Amino acid sequence: MLLNIKNLHVAINGKEILKGFNLQVNEGEIHAIMGPNGTGKSTLAAAITGREGYQITKGEIIYKGQVINDWTPDKRANEGVFLSFQYPVEIPGVSMTNFMRTALNAKRNYLGQPQMKAGEFLKMMEEKKKLVEITAKLTNRSVNEGFSGGEKKKNEIFQMAMLEPTLAILDETDSGLDIDALKVVAKGVNTLKSDNNAFIVITHYQRLLDYIVPDFVHVMYKGKIVKSGGKGLALELEENGYDWVKELYGEE
Amino acid sequence: MKSERTISPLEKILLQYAEKNTVSQTEEKSGRVPDIKQKALELFRKNGLPDKKPEKWRNTDMSDWYQKTFNPETGPEVFTKEVNDIFECTVQGFDSNVVSVLNGHYYSPETLSLQKLENGVIIGSLAKAKIQYPEYFEKYYGEIAETATNGLTAINTAIAEDGVFIYIPDNVVVEKPVQLIKLVNKRGLMLNTRNLIILGKNSSFTFLHCDDSINHDDSFINTLTEIHIGENATLDLYKLQNINDETALINNSFFNMERDSRLKVNVLSFNGGLIRNELHVNLNGTGADARLNGLYLMDKKQHIDNQVYVNHNAPHCNSSELFKGILDNQARGVFNGYIYVARDAQKTNAFQRNNNILMTSSAKINTMPFLEIYADDVQCSHGATVGQIDNEALFYLMQRGIPFDDARMLLMFAFAAEITDNIKIETLKTNIDDMVKKRLRGELSICDRCVLHCTVPDKPIEFDIDLSKI
Repeated sequence: MLLNIKNLHVAINGKEILKGFNLQVNEGEIHAIMGPNGTGKSTLAAAITGREGYQITKGEIIYKGQVINDWTPDKRANEGVFLSFQYPVEIPGVSMTNFMRTALNAKRNYLGQPQMKAGEFLKMMEEKKKLVEITAKLTNRSVNEGFSGGEKKKNEIFQMAMLEPTLAILDETDSGLDIDALKVVAKGVNTLKSDNNAFIVITHYQRLLDYIVPDFVHVMYKGKIVKSGGKGLALELEENGYDWVKELYGEE
Repeated sequence: MKSERTISPLEKILLQYAEKNTVSQTEEKSGRVPDIKQKALELFRKNGLPDKKPEKWRNTDMSDWYQKTFNPETGPEVFTKEVNDIFECTVQGFDSNVVSVLNGHYYSPETLSLQKLENGVIIGSLAKAKIQYPEYFEKYYGEIAETATNGLTAINTAIAEDGVFIYIPDNVVVEKPVQLIKLVNKRGLMLNTRNLIILGKNSSFTFLHCDDSINHDDSFINTLTEIHIGENATLDLYKLQNINDETALINNSFFNMERDSRLKVNVLSFNGGLIRNELHVNLNGTGADARLNGLYLMDKKQHIDNQVYVNHNAPHCNSSELFKGILDNQARGVFNGYIYVARDAQKTNAFQRNNNILMTSSAKINTMPFLEIYADDVQCSHGATVGQIDNEALFYLMQRGIPFDDARMLLMFAFAAEITDNIKIETLKTNIDDMVKKRLRGELSICDRCVLHCTVPDKPIEFDIDLSKI
């Protein structure tokens, strides 16, 4: 099993957001996590990637057989955990090239491999850019600076392609995307998908799941999964909305 | 009623020295220069060295420096070896003409102390130029420097003897930049150096003004530079400051800008016990354009003060100021940005920004804009930020596998890059980027580049900004 989350409780500033979350993900699987706003979907992504300020008060995140609760974000990343951010950060002054080369070499360093040669690296950049149809020159552009909403999301998938993660979490990747950009992003994900990696797709809407077809759909509410099923569950949610979930599991 | 001022030891020394030396040189018995000096001395007698009372000195306390008995009596150093043999400049591989000032005086073989080049450019010792080209001094000397409100400017005007003189005739484009290396290699000196730079119409010039230390001895450097930029002329000025912790550096620069002239200044302060840069820019002709940038990286108990005065005296002028700094330990910073727009200076564009990163809770910055606007059709803006490093960005980088230390370094460097990216000379930019990286990693030292083989290594100086603290 690639990821096994057991009875996870996560608090921010003492307020519990995840309240006994369980999830099991195997290689080769795509899991969709859906649910109304404010239910803890992004908190889950933050907890898996080790973001500061998200305190695990109970439970375990087991990744590749190891409890990673205390691992730093960079260690998790170098072990293959990738997050496509809901709101990618603009970093003026850090060029995309410098950023990606530093990241790739950090991973190689972590794995005890030699640094990547400049020529090899640039070739790889060009190749992966095509995958998400990025035509612009990235060399002199700062990370996400001045990128449109769609470009930012494409850039996330581009980085994913560069870093070749084992577990990728897509946090609301569809938000703010028009249908064309959505298709490009989905195509990128589908190309990268293999029997050796897994995806967790966090989304509010069913739309993205027409293009990235999940093996499992989980409905999250009030900090835990309340219902799981196949891809049909997503359609059901699309049709009926989340009101029935709220009704069944009670508004606070 | 004015209360009695207490006279500090340094002020006493300066007064005694000035009484004897202000107008001693025979060459200055006539003309307006002696008058200017006399008047400056009177102002110094009256006002003394600046204390913390005036608004613009409120956050810079010089009193400890005034308690020391620095010696203002300096003389020209006999040229024995090339300046490159004393000091290996950081800006390597950068093609420039180097001139140097050692212990306050122009340093060169006698025959080269004042040269007139084929294209009419004059470059050399200010003391020599004063004798050989009195016409320029009659017209320009002391013309812009404001002696009434700053005792340090007044005493400099009264007693300064030497420095650099540069004259660029009309229509001359000087391709090769000139680099001034200013060094001190004697203990306990108070240097009052003076530079005068004149750019004729349609001329173009790039100037690097480097203040460096080659040992750990204390000194007080009081430099004053007057720069006249003629109609449609272009000046690119870089100030590189990398001095030891025992040195106070006062750097007052005054600019007069005529119609359609362009000025770019980059002040890069890497190290120093106390540094105060005053830039006084007078936009006197329509269409003049001034871009003033600064970067300061200070730690320990260092003090950096940037005072930028931009006077829009004519319409249709542009000015922009961008100063950024990183302060560690107990370092203190001051930024005061003054923008004055005269009543007739319509269609003025004036922008100002100051961004700071404080790495500890004991580092401190005082930043303040002062806008005085008398015209109604102007665009002015100002902004200041004081913060820590962006945690969102830090997490983003770490999520891609970049370890904490490297991610932070990347962000700090990116913060500084907004200034260094303005450097258009590629080799210079590469060199300065390298200095910034070294400074942030704690690897930049004055000793690295000193070929004198310091005889007092008992006082090792560490230059590290400690990144582990944020």
